[in-house]
Amino acid sequence: MELRPILSAMRRNKFGALLIATQMAVTLAFLANALTLVEQRIAWSDRPTGMAEADAFVVHTETVDHPDDLAARQERDIAGLRALPGVVDAYTTDMYPLEGGGWTETVNLTPDQKTPTAFASHYMGDEHALHTLGLKLIAGRNFSADEIANRTDNDVPRTSGYIVTKSLAAKLFPNGDALGKPIFVETNNPAPIIGIVDRLQGPFTIATGLFSTFAENSVLSPYRLIGESSVYMVRAQPGQRDAVMKSAEAKLFALDENRILKFRSMQEVRADAYRGEHGLIVLLSAICIALLIVTAFGIIGLTSYWVAQRRQQIGIRRALGATRQAIVRYFQTENFMIAAAGAAVGIAFAIALNLWMVRSFEMVRMDSSRALVGALVILVLGQFAVIWPALRAASIPPALATRGG
Amino acid sequence: MFSYYLNLALRSLKRNVVLTMLMIAAIGVGIGASMTTLTIFRAMAADPIPNKSRQLFAVQIDNWGPSKSGVQTPDDKLQQQVSYTDAMGLMNAHAALRQTVMYSTGFALSPPNPNLRPFQVPARATYMDFFPMFEVPFRFGTPWTREDDEGRAPVAVISRELNDKVFGGANSVGKTLNLDKHDYRVVGVLDRWQPVPKFYDLNNNQYGEIEQAFIPFTRAIENQMTTWGNNNCSRDAVAPGWEGHLHSECVWFQFWAELPTAADAERYRYVLNNYAAEQQRLGRFHWAAHTRLRDVREWLADQHVVTDEARILVLVSFSFLLVCLLNAMGLMLAKIMGRAGDIGVRRALGANRRAIFGQCLIEAGVIGFAGGLVGLALTAAGLLGLRALLSEQTTRLTHLGFWEVGITVGTAVIATTLAGLYPTWRAAHIQPAWQLKAQ
Repeated sequence: MELRPILSAMRRNKFGALLIATQMAVTLAFLANALTLVEQRIAWSDRPTGMAEADAFVVHTETVDHPDDLAARQERDIAGLRALPGVVDAYTTDMYPLEGGGWTETVNLTPDQKTPTAFASHYMGDEHALHTLGLKLIAGRNFSADEIANRTDNDVPRTSGYIVTKSLAAKLFPNGDALGKPIFVETNNPAPIIGIVDRLQGPFTIATGLFSTFAENSVLSPYRLIGESSVYMVRAQPGQRDAVMKSAEAKLFALDENRILKFRSMQEVRADAYRGEHGLIVLLSAICIALLIVTAFGIIGLTSYWVAQRRQQIGIRRALGATRQAIVRYFQTENFMIAAAGAAVGIAFAIALNLWMVRSFEMVRMDSSRALVGALVILVLGQFAVIWPALRAASIPPALATRGG
Repeated sequence: MFSYYLNLALRSLKRNVVLTMLMIAAIGVGIGASMTTLTIFRAMAADPIPNKSRQLFAVQIDNWGPSKSGVQTPDDKLQQQVSYTDAMGLMNAHAALRQTVMYSTGFALSPPNPNLRPFQVPARATYMDFFPMFEVPFRFGTPWTREDDEGRAPVAVISRELNDKVFGGANSVGKTLNLDKHDYRVVGVLDRWQPVPKFYDLNNNQYGEIEQAFIPFTRAIENQMTTWGNNNCSRDAVAPGWEGHLHSECVWFQFWAELPTAADAERYRYVLNNYAAEQQRLGRFHWAAHTRLRDVREWLADQHVVTDEARILVLVSFSFLLVCLLNAMGLMLAKIMGRAGDIGVRRALGANRRAIFGQCLIEAGVIGFAGGLVGLALTAAGLLGLRALLSEQTTRLTHLGFWEVGITVGTAVIATTLAGLYPTWRAAHIQPAWQLKAQ
């Protein structure tokens, strides 16, 4: 294909070609960065919590009567829940993954340490916690029933040991010998790490700031948190969650009528936690698609105009022996050249935009392959958009050359 | 002349419906996307209390000290809340026109009607200064008194919503509410009040609803009501139980001061710094005094109330609008050059360049206006879509008012006219002789 006639034709339509190229460059830059952002958000909101979410739900309960026997009531509630048909296990916790906020502690290796060794999410639970959550114990042992102590927010009983996540263990003891080592949590009384679980995410879901830096660092201590309001974590048999949630509500009201209950399945908790991320993903994708459509229509519009403008020349070319394919190929090559120029500028623009966004916002660096994906998309888009006007051009009869002019 | 050009523009647009529709659609989509995000952004960045945003100040005190000795805690890592010790120290200093310490808490409310189940009521424990400070409107009654604050009185101001729910909207001043098994006397009922964002306490839900009950801070502390908001601790409590927690270095209180003039604010900064220096002398702080006093606008900026997401979306949708305008510009150029013959005839019949220029620009304006209307419809649809997509709390941000409509249509007309400048300029420079010869 001879490129020179295309170039000289383009020179006469500088502005139109420039417009299409600019549009394509902006589209590419946007596409590449949006792709990066969407990937980043999907990766963040798809992180596993480590627990068996599908069949689990939480119950927030609050007493109204200010009774004195809070611990006994809680014991009754949990025993009632465990006895329900369809329940795998249940326990009292202080918080749960994806809750959005919760209890954090500093974890130290020496008493009265000025700079903490690690930050960690502080979960509490009895010997049923691991089973209810479905956590994988990779070293050491679970709590035993006689180790569990009742406590309130402010009183910290002595404890015989902690279970930590693999990630926290590695942070505290990089040599991998965490099991059995004493750590300081909450108090100046050390207790050894008795077990290590593969994964238990903290309750925070925000992707930036201090909390995001220790999302996987959690410590589990052998306490039952006693208070006017409590959180129960319940795991149902596969597929029975919704039915169990109903029977659990009836059971808890039967045990104490004068209470306020709130039920949330872990599925709802996850949806609520990442609603913002999900919204951003949908919104960005929608704008991306709209952008591609608008760009395509822009190409169709301008190319149609060029075709209309060059009817005469096209007729003459056809009369001189150019085939229909040659005419179609002419417009496709022209579009390819414009798109290639747009892509070259667009890649540079995409990288510059990304660098600026990394500096101004909490955004990750774009992988350069994303810019290439963007370039490929606009090249293909251009080729598709140009087909219709090019076919119109090819259908111009050679006889047109003999008329008019 | 204008109406004649308008007429010409409409005719010309009718001549090539497909091209016209494409242009209007491109502008409409671009305007729709950018105005949707801009509406959200404007609401996020709005001043929640414009009359007083320069007179109300949030107080921050570094009571944890730097994480590395010898280095001051960076300003953006400073605690958002203050400890009980510091809050009381500042309350007792009485250095501001009005001041209040407060925290978020809540009750279980047992309704007078025994058939109803008890329900939770989010509440705020604060001082009576809260109401005049934040210009809170009252429907019935008044705030409680200073004596109530000092006497730890069991009194409450309730929201209009709670009053509707429990008392059927009647004037409930003087009636009794059973909150957490304690009786509180209602002294006031608020009118509708919803600062957006909820600047006085940005923890937990920045666009959340206001609390449904307000009670004296002193009463809440006496009743040992725990916080429903964030509670952050760096060191362990020295003593067990409620007293130990209260007097620990845990931060869970917001502190606001009203300082009408710049001189007042300057003086208060001095007081604040002196307070922290005093704490250092007393041996409680082992670091140099580090305090911050930020007015509402500075506070919102510092707390990143406008999220990065919102900024990115605005950026994204305006670059999208740019692409749409480039698109419309190209199509306009195509359209105008396609009419070069007409323009040539008009020029030959005596129309000067200015006349042609004016005519084409009006045509661009008409397209912009039509695009603006389409954009308006799309903005309304986009905001509805966002309500479905995002959380409940963003709903109150998606409000399409008179200003938003004006801005939307105005932007469309101006942007399209600007985009039409080059094609129009080209049209005005069409050589009549050339065109006539070609015919």
